[in-house]
Amino acid sequence: MNKKIEIKNLTVNYGNKDVIHNLYLDIFQNEVLAIIGPANSGKSSLLRSLNRMMDFHPTAKVSGDIKLDGESIYLDEDSTFLRRRIGMVSPLPVGLPMSIRENVLYAPKMAGCKDQGELDFIMEDCLKKAALWDEVKDRLDGLATKLSGGQQQRLTIARALSHHPEVLCLDEFSIAIDPVTTMKIEAVLHELKKNMTIVMVTNVINQAKRLGDRTAMMLHGSIIDLDSNDRLFNGHVKDTRTKEYIEGLFG
Amino acid sequence: MFRPSNHLLNKEIKEKKFKNLLSTITFFLFLPALIIIFWLFVKGYSALSWDFLLMDPIQGMTAGGIFPTIVGTFWLVIISVLVACPMGVIAAIYLSEYAKDNKLTRVIRLAILNLAGVPSIVHALFGLGAFVLFMKMGTSILAASLTLAVMNLPVIITSTLESLKAVPHSYREASWNVGASKLQTIRYIVLPNSLPGILTGVVFSVGRSAGETAAILFTGVAFYLPFLPKSVFDQCMALSMHLFTISTQVVGVPDAYPFATALVLILLILSVNSIAVGLRSYFRMKRKW
Repeated sequence: MNKKIEIKNLTVNYGNKDVIHNLYLDIFQNEVLAIIGPANSGKSSLLRSLNRMMDFHPTAKVSGDIKLDGESIYLDEDSTFLRRRIGMVSPLPVGLPMSIRENVLYAPKMAGCKDQGELDFIMEDCLKKAALWDEVKDRLDGLATKLSGGQQQRLTIARALSHHPEVLCLDEFSIAIDPVTTMKIEAVLHELKKNMTIVMVTNVINQAKRLGDRTAMMLHGSIIDLDSNDRLFNGHVKDTRTKEYIEGLFG
Repeated sequence: MFRPSNHLLNKEIKEKKFKNLLSTITFFLFLPALIIIFWLFVKGYSALSWDFLLMDPIQGMTAGGIFPTIVGTFWLVIISVLVACPMGVIAAIYLSEYAKDNKLTRVIRLAILNLAGVPSIVHALFGLGAFVLFMKMGTSILAASLTLAVMNLPVIITSTLESLKAVPHSYREASWNVGASKLQTIRYIVLPNSLPGILTGVVFSVGRSAGETAAILFTGVAFYLPFLPKSVFDQCMALSMHLFTISTQVVGVPDAYPFATALVLILLILSVNSIAVGLRSYFRMKRKW
């Protein structure tokens, strides 16, 4: 299998607080990699390192190397183009204070797309994929900030899909979404996997089990276990803490 | 049935008392402004007329109108805002969005805060030295406007910084996350959402410029000029300065004249402020989070 992302010796710290130590991880093309682990184990920091959001953190220091398609993401001083290749859904839903339409079309417009037909297509397509279209199709020009938390979360997913990312990073995308809608989105993710690579952080172990091809268990800034779901969820663990976490005995 | 206990009743009474206290204090804050405007109206009303507004002062400023002073104040304010506004907003954007938090930027921030506390007469001396003499602008509208601009810069920078900071960081992150550049984020997310606050700072500085006397005293305002300024290198008259002149320096000015002049100055500032309030609420309505 093709390596989409190679993480080598990644270390992240905020000030003097280490959050990720010497992490190595390969993520393959078109796979869904689920990352589980208790709070404070560096899952989100790992995701945020992937699209260099750490650049904007005043005290964060990142060392090591991350390669996307075999090329270091640090080659280009400007990380804007990198972020167009990576979709990111953050755990807290953020509807930008503009209309729903403008929210979804923000990324394509910033990337310079002006074709109205294409924009309309992107908007409908992305909102449908995020299972939000039916609820908002009659009020696309309404303020996005007036949507409910769960709807804003799905809007964030639509926005992340709007720039056709090669890699989609989901950071606990379903915390504000009801189970039925979550299932709809999961089905879409399953579909999306055909042409993109998905990395998702989740606190719902069953979600990792359902969606992931492989699952990584993170603890205190390191990956203590990483295997295909078939093996990991059937007792083939390197570290007993993984088994305990999966079974709900710890974490 | 639920009956409130004595403790609850007591709390309610306290609550009411406190609320009354707050509203009374607020009312007293409002009172001076009302009294001032009312008093100016009573004393200056008799002198107010279109002639007063549109005529030159004549007979050694004891008769006629205040037209040149209105024109002069207008130019001073417009030019100073045109200079201070872009510079202040750009500096604030740099400090808030680009500059790293290190010793240098902390010193710059401190300097800006201190600059806001410098008395206007000191600004006037600075303007005299820097613009009038060193840059050889002479006493002119330009020199006076630039002095006002320097005086207003810290106000605009500070208020702009505050309103930029009020835009939630998560908006910036959301924008960066989808591949918008830093500049695009500022242009399409940060600025539109901080515009009401920035406008407030700018308008505040307009009011300050219009009423300022000391800063323009040495730098470009004339005691009396029989003609309107033709370019920015001319001197001009200004409402605030004229008010000072006819109240204390000239004998034989009708009693109502200074009051009417003050009234015009205050109404001018009030109308600018209300335009700004209107603009603010318009922008607020358009975007809300």
